[in-house]
Amino acid sequence: MILAVVLFLPLAGFLLAALAPRDSKLPMYSAFAASLVTFFASLGLIAPAIEKGASFTSIVDLPWIEGAGFQIRFHLGVDGLNLWLILLTTLLVPIAVWMTGSMVAERRKGFYALLLLFEFGLIGVFSALDLFVFYVFWEVALAPMYLMVGLWGGARRGPVAVKFFVYTMLGSVLMLASILYLHSRTGSFDYVDILNAFSSGRLALTETQQFWLFLGFFAAFAVKVPIFPLHTWLPDTYAEAPMPATFLLAAVMSKMGAYGLLRFSLSLAPGGAQRCASWIAVLAIISILYGALLALIQPNIKRLIAYSSLSHLGFVVLGIFTFKQQGADGAAYQMIAHGLSTGTLFLLVGLIEQRHHSLEISDFGGLASRAPRLATVFSIALFASIGLPTLCNFVGEFLVLQGAALAKFSWAAWAALGVILSAAYMLWMYQRTFFGKPDERVAGFVDLSGRDWIPLIPLIALMIWLGCYTQPFLQPISAATSRLLEQTTMNDQYRVSLGPPGSASAF
Amino acid sequence: MLPVAADYLRFLPEILLTVFGIAAMMLEAVARGKRTYLGVLSLVGIACAFIANFSSYTNQGAAFQNMLIVDGYGVFFRGLVMLAGFLCILASLSYLEREGAQTGEYYALILFSLVGQCILATAGDLIMVFIGLEISSIATYILAGFLRDDRRNSEAALKYFLLGSFATAFLLYGIAWIYGLTGVTNLAQIQQILEQQPRPSVIAALAAALIFVGLGFKVSIAPFQMWAPDVYQGAAAPVSAFLSAAPKAAAFAVFFRIFMTAFRPMNDRWSYLVWGCALATMLVGNLAALVQTNVKRLLGYSSIAHAGYVLVALASASSIGVSAAMFYLTSYALMNIGAFAIISHVAARHEKHVRIEDLAGLGRRDPVLAGLLALFVFSLIGVPLTGGFFGKFYVFQAALGSHLVWLTVLGLLNSGIAAYYYLKIIVAVYMHEPSAATIDLAPAPATLRIAIWASAAGILVLGIFPSTLLSVISFSASVFR
Repeated sequence: MILAVVLFLPLAGFLLAALAPRDSKLPMYSAFAASLVTFFASLGLIAPAIEKGASFTSIVDLPWIEGAGFQIRFHLGVDGLNLWLILLTTLLVPIAVWMTGSMVAERRKGFYALLLLFEFGLIGVFSALDLFVFYVFWEVALAPMYLMVGLWGGARRGPVAVKFFVYTMLGSVLMLASILYLHSRTGSFDYVDILNAFSSGRLALTETQQFWLFLGFFAAFAVKVPIFPLHTWLPDTYAEAPMPATFLLAAVMSKMGAYGLLRFSLSLAPGGAQRCASWIAVLAIISILYGALLALIQPNIKRLIAYSSLSHLGFVVLGIFTFKQQGADGAAYQMIAHGLSTGTLFLLVGLIEQRHHSLEISDFGGLASRAPRLATVFSIALFASIGLPTLCNFVGEFLVLQGAALAKFSWAAWAALGVILSAAYMLWMYQRTFFGKPDERVAGFVDLSGRDWIPLIPLIALMIWLGCYTQPFLQPISAATSRLLEQTTMNDQYRVSLGPPGSASAF
Repeated sequence: MLPVAADYLRFLPEILLTVFGIAAMMLEAVARGKRTYLGVLSLVGIACAFIANFSSYTNQGAAFQNMLIVDGYGVFFRGLVMLAGFLCILASLSYLEREGAQTGEYYALILFSLVGQCILATAGDLIMVFIGLEISSIATYILAGFLRDDRRNSEAALKYFLLGSFATAFLLYGIAWIYGLTGVTNLAQIQQILEQQPRPSVIAALAAALIFVGLGFKVSIAPFQMWAPDVYQGAAAPVSAFLSAAPKAAAFAVFFRIFMTAFRPMNDRWSYLVWGCALATMLVGNLAALVQTNVKRLLGYSSIAHAGYVLVALASASSIGVSAAMFYLTSYALMNIGAFAIISHVAARHEKHVRIEDLAGLGRRDPVLAGLLALFVFSLIGVPLTGGFFGKFYVFQAALGSHLVWLTVLGLLNSGIAAYYYLKIIVAVYMHEPSAATIDLAPAPATLRIAIWASAAGILVLGIFPSTLLSVISFSASVFR
């Protein structure tokens, strides 16, 4: 019940904001109200999910599309894996709404409405337990983001937004093919049903079938994360998008792909996942290093953080494909940590852009003496992003590296190089921007005001909390991932023991 | 044996459409002043025929010695073409006023063409297929060139007529072959005779191929699609909307009926042909659409691509495939009529503004119309919660159910490519500064707005709550196995 409220409140807010008169303050109020109430309602998901982290709680299960051979149920649920992602979403969307007030210049009504529609899609993606429902929300989240980038973005917004949409669409239609294939074999779209079919032996897929099935899912998720050769939409989109959209893209939307990989592709095509693990891990390591190296040479702060995001998300993917408890835990933890730290960085970048109207590093210098409070907060977020102990990313990256070392030591060695590089590009950027002789161009720079602290305080507090006291967060995650890994191995073994079924002919 | 009353009752929708069509034509001769009421009269006619059609759903059976089969499938398609005709007339009222071409003939032609399409939908005999196709086609040839002072219209009509007659000749030749082979023209009897043959003869295959070519022209599948972009571009926008919705749906209806009954025994032969044509049609439509700058032409190519998706459903050769096609054609008719209606409004007098760039800035000038156009475009792309998505989803589900894995993957990739050119419309509408066309855009007339809103509502209902329609069509499609 709570989950249904959390899901549909943003939709109600969207309708309200969309129907409100254009020049009134009503769209803003309805966006704030809807997103804040959603956040407080989502807190109610925590207790049941922590209690039973391994199984689904707060379940919504309603009939949706029936007849003509379809039995599609509107099936949602929360376990330890998606709990924190849903909370991250409900926490960050009000902040994005807050940012919109000062960082989006015109036609704000539409922007507020789209933010809420986007939240609706995201919460749906993270909580869906039916593959059809998952696909629907996956695309529902895409359309508003496309419009936000395309309508409010920078100078090259048109082509960039189209590239973003077409890339994602091409990936997701392949996922649809995989989903349809699973349906043709089991007669169900329900994730839990399909897992049961696996474990009861009703569904047995050959190695080749699993391989293609996995690739279909992987295409959609890898584009969304993104992973190395499919990442080219990322820097452009992050750089061109308006600040609140970049904030959500980096902090939450990039988690859609990683979550999909962890939740669906591992357990639904375990054989394919195992078979592809080694080259995906290599791609993930390439993402880590390539993103870091490119971040090193970026002259623009926004693009620099965009590339650093590519690098950090590589850790998430690497962690997943170690097939080790630590790796999966680390990946899930890193998703939250990266959401918080990168989100904070983009929020601060937005505040800087609002004051300075430029994000070229060469336009700055000695900002720390003009704006000491901003410099302090920026340094906390930056150290979190580098992975300094006691801050959130450290836990995630450490666990990922541990998992990688258990799987294959050389992976850990190469990935650790990324951590060092991240210290290099971040600190170098910080030094050029905040230290040195105060540039006359930053002379009139205003430090953080009282209003700016509102979103920053919870974010900083959470970054420290996740870095120092991991247990309440990690425990439900571990419960869920250990069950997931168990299912993955088990399904894989079932396939081996049962052997190939009558394979479908294809032409 | 004389026809009985039940036969006439089952044929009542066609009779009503003919009566109202003739009335519209006759009244034109004596009409003075404004002729909008002729349009209203024909709307009433379609509404009456729709009710008659609905009542024949409870009174199913054959009529006129199996010449017509009024089953759920036929009734469904009769309803669909009438719905399309209704919406197109609504969208035409203000258009004809603007172009100064408000005449009763236009409405009469639409009604007559609907008569032909209704016959096609219920045809149980190859002779009726031919007659229905001719009634429908001749009316649409004239409709395509209705604004006879417009050169683009005349070109479109001539092209449509020449290629269309050519296609009809193929169809007729195919019918002749099959009659020569079996001695009958009734679809069910042909099926029986072909089933008794140990293996289908070459002549039967040849006849099926000729009929495939003839109908393939009508539904614009590759390699017989050449006429479609030219005609859609040249004809008046509401006529293009009509052409892409009603005649196409009716031709597909008979296409499925012939291949799923008469030529069902030769399934293993034609399914490869359909497989290849489906892929070629999707590719040709989508790739050619990538480089178009004229919106109507773009929608012409997109309609070819959509015909390809429907062919995927035929390739699956199952009753799920038939119902998927029924769903697809319904949502396609709605979204295309909606999109063409908006374009006909922006195009302004003499359709001066039909380039994609002319839609620029619509989002600022008329946010409601722009939002609806965005909805239609997202539905054409196949974004979830629209009818276009569920149609595509259903079609490919049917294809996978028949183990057409490669066709499914390639078809889905095609729909990903298609996103690129549809988004050009969204980019223009929302991301560019207003063009000359949108700066002095008049508010949309009420009748046009009703047509657009009705299509939009239909798309959303089909996308979010498809269950009702699904149960109707899957029941209707169960006659094909």
